[in-house]
Order: sequence, then structure tokens, then C-alpha cells
Amino acid sequence: MIKYLFNYIIFPGFLFTAVIGLVASWIDRKVTARVQWRIGPPWYQPLMDLVKLSIKEITVPRSASKGLFFLSPMIGLSAITLVSTFIWLINIDPGSKGFSGDIIVIIYLLTLPAIAVILGASASGNPLASLGASREIKLVIAYELPFIISLLVPIIKSGGMLRLGDIIAYQASHGAFLSSLSGIIAFIVMIFCMQAKLGLVPFDMAEAETEIMAGTCIEYSGMLLAILKLTKTMLMVALPLFLITLFWQGFNFLSLWKYVILLVIIILMRNTNPRVRIDQAVRFFWGKMTLMAILAVILAVKGI
Amino acid sequence: MMSLRLKALTKSIWVYHMSTGSCNNCDIEILDLLTPRFDVERFGITLVGSIRHADAILVTGSLNLKTVPRVKAIYEQAPKPCVVIAIGACASGQGIFKNGPNCPNPVDSVLPVNVYIPGCPPKPEAMIAGIVKLIKELTGKK
Repeated sequence: MIKYLFNYIIFPGFLFTAVIGLVASWIDRKVTARVQWRIGPPWYQPLMDLVKLSIKEITVPRSASKGLFFLSPMIGLSAITLVSTFIWLINIDPGSKGFSGDIIVIIYLLTLPAIAVILGASASGNPLASLGASREIKLVIAYELPFIISLLVPIIKSGGMLRLGDIIAYQASHGAFLSSLSGIIAFIVMIFCMQAKLGLVPFDMAEAETEIMAGTCIEYSGMLLAILKLTKTMLMVALPLFLITLFWQGFNFLSLWKYVILLVIIILMRNTNPRVRIDQAVRFFWGKMTLMAILAVILAVKGI
Repeated sequence: MMSLRLKALTKSIWVYHMSTGSCNNCDIEILDLLTPRFDVERFGITLVGSIRHADAILVTGSLNLKTVPRVKAIYEQAPKPCVVIAIGACASGQGIFKNGPNCPNPVDSVLPVNVYIPGCPPKPEAMIAGIVKLIKELTGKK
């Protein structure tokens, strides 16, 4: 029991993932600043933002449904903590950790932060927040389809394994799925879905600062906003890790460069693209990305 | 503990830009402040869209009769601790609208202003100097 609590709260769950996520979000801001020919914030900036937010007052709008307003950031944070604990533990010990079908649990848990954001925004009673929530709902519906279809590729290629540890073990003996054509196509689809799940440019229309202020988190302040930011930050660790586990032979502490490469892709995509409209995003995911994912599945069935 | 609180509050100032009927000249200078040339993000200062996220309210313009209740409502919505910075001659001391019939209220009669940054419009350097003075005042350093 103590061991599970330690795993959940300190290593490799909440605290460890949060620290890595804060470093990653500092790298994100610093590289963005350098791309825009600026100097950028100091290394402790994301931590200072969180500390500052946590000591500020929490304001609750009169029209808000209070229970859900307070609860939904917690739902998101606990889900992302659980999923990052899962993925880290399976990567540290692929043989014994995990159970058959844990990939399906991870898919559900990775969707929960987005659903928590939608619940919180709808509970806050702000028209701009409800606009952001409706965009977030459409975005979730759009990216989940290609995400799940391309998730079939590693399952098919490993011969129907639904356990993440088995997929890592299969790749360790047969080579990474990324070395095959179907693996590459599915990985590219996954990277776009990851960008949308993280809510970064070009898919940040739910939080579009310039058109709907802060969209889904417009009414959140203080500690609750800090929790929302922390959830996003931790998602920035858990999602690339999940992709590496599925396609790139898993993650150990010597292969930090894999995570860095995915982080660089995220940051470059974010800095070189404008925000797309929600209808363009839905068309992109249901059109090109779904077709590419289906092509990858067909190739994987053929064994290419 | 106290020093960490103060450090966090002064190292990560999120500003909310509130125009109370200005001629947009100060607003353009505020936007200049956020461009790569001055880059206030290196001090942790970023522009936010929602008043619920704000730590500092930048007030520009000569508070006219229509904006007085709105300004009060917005200040009440801001999570405290929150500072108010009056930018430009009009916000600092009514400017050329001193005898105008539409703007009888100075900004500091409605909001508790912490810093005045005069100028028409003030240069970005002047705004940075004002915010540095505010941080020194808050942390008690000379």
C-alpha cells in the first residue's frame, strides 16, 4: 500500500512527472523566445508561475455550478497522474508491471483531462468558456478517431498484444515499429493527435487567447488555474512517453534523446504554424489523418 | 515563506490591459513593450486575456462616464493581491481632458492606483522603469 502511494505521489507519479514537465515547459518557452529573437524567461519561471497562482485568491462566478467547478481540475490532475505513473512503471519494468488490456485503460485516462476541461468550462457559466468547451468537444471527437485507428498498428504488428509491457518486449526482440513503413505513417498521425491533445498551436482554438480570451479556463483563477496548467504540463510528459513506448522500443533513462526529439517536434510545429479554425481541424483529422491511419493499418496487416 | 511568496508574486506578473476610453496611443506602446525588442517575458511578465488570471491591471485612457461602472466591476473580479498601474497622462492625471465634461473622474478616484507612469504616450523604457520601481517598493529593497 505504502509502495503504491509512493509510486503514485512521488516517483514516478505526480512529483517526478511534474518536475520533468516544468523543465519541458521551460524549454518550450525558451526555444519559442529564441525563435522569435527574444531572450526568454529564466529556468525557474514555470515553477514561479505555479507558486504565484497557488497563493492567489480563488474567485468563483455567481453563475457557476460550484461543485463541478472545483472538482473538474482535480479529475484532470488525478487522471494524468495515474496515467503517467502507469506508463513510467511499465517502462521501468516491462516484464511484471501492467495487465492485459492496459492500453485501453490508458486511452481512456488520456481522454479524461480534456473531458475535465470541458466539464469545468461548462460549469463556469461564462459564454466564452462555453464557446471554448464546444470547440474542445469537437476537437476531442476529431482527434480520437485517427488516434485510436493508428493505435491499432502496434497492436497488429505485435500479433494482437493488448499489454504495453508485451509490446515493449516484442520491440526489444524484433526491432522498433518505427523502422517499418506502417509504423512511420502511424507515428506521424500520432504526433498530430498529440499536438491536438496538448492543445498547442495550430490546434489551440479551445484556449485561443486572441479571440476568446482564455476560452475554457477564462473563469479559473488561483489554485484551480495552477492545477489546470499543471495538468497540461504533465500531459506534455505522458503523451510523448506513450508514443515512444508504442513505436520506439520503450523509454529508459539512457534514451532521453527520444523524448527530446519529440519535444523539439512539438515546439517547432507550435512556432511555425498559425491557429486553424475548428472546422479546418475537424476536416484535417477526419480526412487526411484518418485516411493515413487506415492506410497504416492496411500496411500493418500486410506486414509492411 | 514570506520571501518565497513575494518572490513568486514579483517574478511572475501577468498583466491585464484595460483601456478606459483612450486614444490607443498608450495601448500601442504597451504592445511595443511585449515585442522582441523589449521582451518583458524575461522578467516573467506576460499579457493575459482574462481578468481572473491578472496580477496587475494596466489602465490607460481618460476614464469617461460610460466606463466607470465597468472599471469598478472589472477590478472587483480580479483575484487579489492585484496591483493597478496607471499608464499615460490621461490615466495618471486626466491629461488634456482635465476640464472635459465627459471625464469628471480621475482614475485614482475609482481604483487604488499603485504606480503612475506619465507621458503621452510613455516610452516602453519608462513603463519598465515604473514596474521596476513598483517591484522595489513591494519587496522593500532600495
